[in-house]
Amino acid sequence: MSQAMKSDIAIQARGLSKHFGSLRAVSELNLDVPKGQIYGFLGPNGSGKSTTIRMLCGLLTPTEGTADVLGTLIPGNANLLKPKIGYMTQKFSLFGDLTVGENLQFIAEIYSYPIDKRKQRIEELLEKYDLIPQRKQFAGTMSGGQKQRLALACAVLHHPELLLLDEPTSAVDPQSRRDFWANLFRLAESGTTILVSTHYMDEAERCHRLAILDRGVKVADGTPAELQAATGMHILEVIADDPYAAQAAIDARTEIASVTQLGVRLRVLIPQRFPNPLDIVRGALADKGVSGKTGVASPSLEDVFVAVTMKPEDVGE
Amino acid sequence: MKTFSRLGAIIKKEVLQLSRDRLTFGMIFGLPIIQILLFGFAINTDVRNLKTAIANQSGTHLSQEFVSQLRASQVVDIIASAETASGLDALLRRGEISLGVLIPADFDRRVVDQNRSAVHILVDGSDPTILGVANRLRAMPIAFDSAPKRVKKQDLIEIRPYYNPERRTPVNIVPGLMGVILMMTMMLFTAVAIVRERERGNLEFLINTPVSSAELMIGKVTPYVLIGLLQLAIILGVGQLLFDVPVRGSVLDLYIAGSAFIAANLALGLLISTVTHTQFQAMQLTVFILMPSILLSGFMFPFDGMPIVAQYIGEVLPTTHFIRLTRGIMLREAPLGEITADVYYLVGFALVAMIVAAKRFSKSLD
Repeated sequence: MSQAMKSDIAIQARGLSKHFGSLRAVSELNLDVPKGQIYGFLGPNGSGKSTTIRMLCGLLTPTEGTADVLGTLIPGNANLLKPKIGYMTQKFSLFGDLTVGENLQFIAEIYSYPIDKRKQRIEELLEKYDLIPQRKQFAGTMSGGQKQRLALACAVLHHPELLLLDEPTSAVDPQSRRDFWANLFRLAESGTTILVSTHYMDEAERCHRLAILDRGVKVADGTPAELQAATGMHILEVIADDPYAAQAAIDARTEIASVTQLGVRLRVLIPQRFPNPLDIVRGALADKGVSGKTGVASPSLEDVFVAVTMKPEDVGE
Repeated sequence: MKTFSRLGAIIKKEVLQLSRDRLTFGMIFGLPIIQILLFGFAINTDVRNLKTAIANQSGTHLSQEFVSQLRASQVVDIIASAETASGLDALLRRGEISLGVLIPADFDRRVVDQNRSAVHILVDGSDPTILGVANRLRAMPIAFDSAPKRVKKQDLIEIRPYYNPERRTPVNIVPGLMGVILMMTMMLFTAVAIVRERERGNLEFLINTPVSSAELMIGKVTPYVLIGLLQLAIILGVGQLLFDVPVRGSVLDLYIAGSAFIAANLALGLLISTVTHTQFQAMQLTVFILMPSILLSGFMFPFDGMPIVAQYIGEVLPTTHFIRLTRGIMLREAPLGEITADVYYLVGFALVAMIVAAKRFSKSLD
């Protein structure tokens, strides 16, 4: 890879694996994260998202493989990397018995932030992350959203080039999540590369690019639009009076990859190698005498997720 | 420069957190005071007022005089009487008395007869201390007032009790207690310190900052060094005020030895912190080290009397060495220069434990 191209890449991982005993938490992961983008890791619990993030920041030593993170080779040189990255853990990891101001002050000292600019930087962060009223409040007594804003403020205090966020929104309400993402976009705009793991589809949809992980393996990556275009599935939607009976009727056909109920609607995935999906579904409903309206739908990220994380034996033959 | 900034940040944070944890803060100062009062007053090997029963089968003037002499010695507290030896046996068996004094009917004749013993004392020998005290009663003189005083015979062996001629227990206990209390608080506080941050998740964040494991360790330990020295001063002060325990050697030497001992315990605590995963485990491991430190360090029982294996175990424990140092400096007025081996051991122990702890810690998330 040429130097010019390389300088646009924040993270490049090759064959990254991590085994815990016989458990393969992450298997031969290849990853290219461009600079200044929000890159998402989408996957269920236990898919290896946290393990990968921990390997990339040097917290865990990979069993195999290497990664180039901001020009630093991992494993081996994590110490050079630490001043350049910000890390937000899944669980709140700041000091509950220190106030918001004290936590920020502590982080500023830890990162040896220039003494003459410390106070100004802390004020700036308190304002940006809407924490001025909480300045003297103990961090442990704050709400989930407030804790999360403090954690983000602490993670970005030293102007990191790369921000690693491990399921940052799992403990906050939808409004806080929206605000949080607004902050992330602002950071990306100013050039920060952000790697964020999530199991929320709507969050994944906001990423510039994402990788879908399943049981430690990367099963797909690309922009959300690319992924949606490449599901390899026909997506159909059935509106039935008796969705339960309709689901049973459709599921009985071997061509069907998956049927998911969403209220009165059923979302049906059929591999693209079957040329006439509408006929299959309509036929299935007619066979069992279930009435319903069937139409073609455009793929959502959830369809992508269902399609790529499917076990091979589930896919219709 | 950056190292100092980070070190300072961690020390400041520790002190802030400590000052907000009122219970811990109270324990830091309350614990040594309560313990020294408790141990200082309670532990006493100079036993008095042993519960005693008398079976006086003689009833002569001389035997009654002997009984009142016994009473005057304050070693015994006569709470019962019996008719026969088997009566005393029964009282002993029921645990009502520790000593049974049997004065036979021919007591007067036995007193003048050099070949026969005049009094039998039945002792609850299950406690060696009581047996030791009973032995002292043998030295009591029994003779007719009218009998000519025998020329005082010089003992073959003369014992001169150095350093604690009044045989006061606190003089022996307090220097040892200093070691036990310091070890308990220092080790427990640091053993829990890192595990607590791990449990709360703070550690995962901290590891990702430029803080090195050595900086984290040293920063965490430093406030406790000062606390340890303060505790030392408290124990020393209370020991002197209440129990009149002398510091015959140099106080500076005592503090140097104390610093080495504090460092050794803090390092040991950190080591515990890096091998355990929960605060509960850390506390269990601390107690596991605490017990032998109390029993095998020479604090409770003379070191020389222990079997050789127990002595080896004792030699490993920092408390053993510190108690030797405190007794040496406080009681025997030994200058530190004459007992350096123990100081070296403590310093070496602290260094090794610290290095191992830092090594283990840096790998801890894997």
